[in-house]
Amino acid sequence: MDTLLLSRIQFAANISFHILFPTITIALGWALLFFKLRFNRTKDRKWMDLYLFWVKVFALSFALGVVSGITMSFQFGTNWPGFMETVGNVAGPLLAYEILTAFFLEAVFLGIMLFGASRVPGWLHTLATFLVAFGTTMSAFWILVLNSWMHTPVGHELRDGVVHAVDWWAIVFNPSMPYRLAHMLLASGLTVAFLIAGLSAWRWLRGDKAPEVATGLRFGVILGALLIPVQILAGDMHGLNTLEHQPAKVAAMEGNWETRGHVPLLLFALPDEVARENRMEIGIPSLASVILKHDPAGVVPGLNDFVAEDGTVTHPPVAAVFWSFRVMVGIGVLMLVASWAGVWMLWRRGAESLPRPYLWGLTGMTFAGWGATLAGWYTTEIGRQPWLVQGVLTVEEAVGEIAAGMVLTTLIAYLVIYLVLLAAYIGVIFHLARKGGRVAAPLTAPVLQPAE
Amino acid sequence: MFDPEILPLIFAALLGASILLYVVLDGFDLGVGLLFPFAGEAERDRMIASIGPFWDANETWLVLAIGILLVAFPVAHGDILTALYLPVAVMLIGLILRGVAFEFRAKAPLGHKRPWDGAFWAGSLMTALAQGFMLGMYIMGLSWTWATVAFSALTAGALAVAYSFIGAGWVILKTDGALQRKAIRWAQGGIWGVVLGMGAVSVATPLVSPRIFAKWFSFPEIVTLAPLPLMSGLLVALLWLALRRLPTVNDSFAWFPFVGAVVLMVLGFFGMAYSFYPYIVPEQLTIREAAAAPESLAIILVGTLVVLPMIIAYTVLAYVIFRGKATKLSYD
Repeated sequence: MDTLLLSRIQFAANISFHILFPTITIALGWALLFFKLRFNRTKDRKWMDLYLFWVKVFALSFALGVVSGITMSFQFGTNWPGFMETVGNVAGPLLAYEILTAFFLEAVFLGIMLFGASRVPGWLHTLATFLVAFGTTMSAFWILVLNSWMHTPVGHELRDGVVHAVDWWAIVFNPSMPYRLAHMLLASGLTVAFLIAGLSAWRWLRGDKAPEVATGLRFGVILGALLIPVQILAGDMHGLNTLEHQPAKVAAMEGNWETRGHVPLLLFALPDEVARENRMEIGIPSLASVILKHDPAGVVPGLNDFVAEDGTVTHPPVAAVFWSFRVMVGIGVLMLVASWAGVWMLWRRGAESLPRPYLWGLTGMTFAGWGATLAGWYTTEIGRQPWLVQGVLTVEEAVGEIAAGMVLTTLIAYLVIYLVLLAAYIGVIFHLARKGGRVAAPLTAPVLQPAE
Repeated sequence: MFDPEILPLIFAALLGASILLYVVLDGFDLGVGLLFPFAGEAERDRMIASIGPFWDANETWLVLAIGILLVAFPVAHGDILTALYLPVAVMLIGLILRGVAFEFRAKAPLGHKRPWDGAFWAGSLMTALAQGFMLGMYIMGLSWTWATVAFSALTAGALAVAYSFIGAGWVILKTDGALQRKAIRWAQGGIWGVVLGMGAVSVATPLVSPRIFAKWFSFPEIVTLAPLPLMSGLLVALLWLALRRLPTVNDSFAWFPFVGAVVLMVLGFFGMAYSFYPYIVPEQLTIREAAAAPESLAIILVGTLVVLPMIIAYTVLAYVIFRGKATKLSYD
């Protein structure tokens, strides 16, 4: 394999591993603040128990997010020097603002939030919790500004092959930023909703019927039910925005080869890039045209428009984009069914008597948000190929000349570590859930103990 | 708004400040990790408790440093990091292991605690050695030969010892009783490594580059430069004396080994900065040549001038909140 492909796999592995944890911490920070505020108001112990349980998950996820994020910041330089050399004048300030306004804020106040409860006044601890949640969201804001700019770059000019910023307002509020940011923040909310619902359901199934378990279950299911319709709407708007700015990506998502009207919504197909057609197609007639153009006869761009005279393909790989999009939408539909059925049952029977098969289903969906988030990112990121910055810089131009063997060695090392850590993370989360309520009672022993 | 001639210098100063803060701050918590094998189980818990609220923010200075290098000196960033590809990878894996072990050791089932302690130590060691190795390669002008690798191996070991020394200083400051006495012995053992490391770097640096040799040993520079080695030598002597007299009855001077180690690191840093200025890639690329476009630097500087004082303020707040001897870490 060549350096380019290996570097791409390595970056994909790093960023895929990394995004799992911010996806949890962005929304979980706000959930913790909510638990804390509910406790401050009601003085009901169950809210503090919820806080104390989920703050452990937060701390663990945060640590994994930090260390995998550091890896990424270095890989810009080690593997993709062309990126910063070409677009550094735009990407640099955005990353700098992320570090300055988000990283330090979250890191410092995390210490106070985790370990300062007994050392600072209550209001300061609540403020620290707020600032940590705010910091994670700021971090998401800046990084999504940069990512969106890479998809829909505006506000810059090229001088001697180097990008120079001319209009920062246009760069920050670039055309796809509001949609992408909303889509990601909602994805984080849904990930946390199903994480809390799933883990609470599992605790309940194991016979842990502490009040905070039922409350967590209710919180997760209701949050999921509230967010999923908003997410479907935001996703749709994001898709329309992509159609306007990156039509080749939408053509690949729909598996549509020819520009035409009455494009079906494909439920299943095997896109074949050699024959340039789909095999085993199953679709709903005209539905893709209706979704994208709000008209059955609406003309949707096709992939064949993105083949140059000499046969050079300038659209992304079709099957990967086509299928990751379907995985994302499929999980979204599953979330809709699970959360709305859950709310119906909560309303009819209460959190204490949900049917066991439903609770097992929720347990199975504990990490469903991860699946949808990764699939969504693969759709949008693979959908930008062969560009790194749409229309400005290709992936191939940015890669650094490192010996392929070196990249392969580090890639294997990263993969091994990521797999071990992922297994350990999931294992420990379920271990914490197993211990559940039993450690929530304050420890009175004066021995020195590490924070759990 | 800002003079484009001055901007690269300001950013070089900011980069230097971030690296220095990183080396001092993460230095002490890496050092605590390095000392793990010498401590008992309960002692390890207390050592972790002493760095618990800080390590994450400490590490953020590395992200800021690499961020400034990335945004202010994009060309140098690519040159330096591709030349240091392998040690960077080792450091990153070390940082990953260390950061996650910190959480996992406390949250995993009790039987898994010992392996995670091992991972915490291994991660700290990989990070310290890799950083020391990179320091050596940087001094040697980023060229890979047998001689430069051998020298870098020496600086790798020296930096690990230096981190252990400042880590021991931190433990002396933040604990008492048997653990504090143990840490004093660690520091007594480590100070020789510090002297050796700083000495090796000081001897090698001027020999590698005639330019640096001239900068050090020509008149009148030699007079202005002389306080650096003199103060370092005096400080080492004072530290050695202090470590023989610690612990004191009322815990006075428990702060001295840590503060002394910090000052030593600061002195060493200024020596390096003096030697390499105005180059950012030694002997190849100057600060000015490598700088990004002035308008981009200006917009970062505006934000930095507003935000950095706030960062420093709440960092100080955190150290004030968690002042005093380390106690049990608890979420409630």
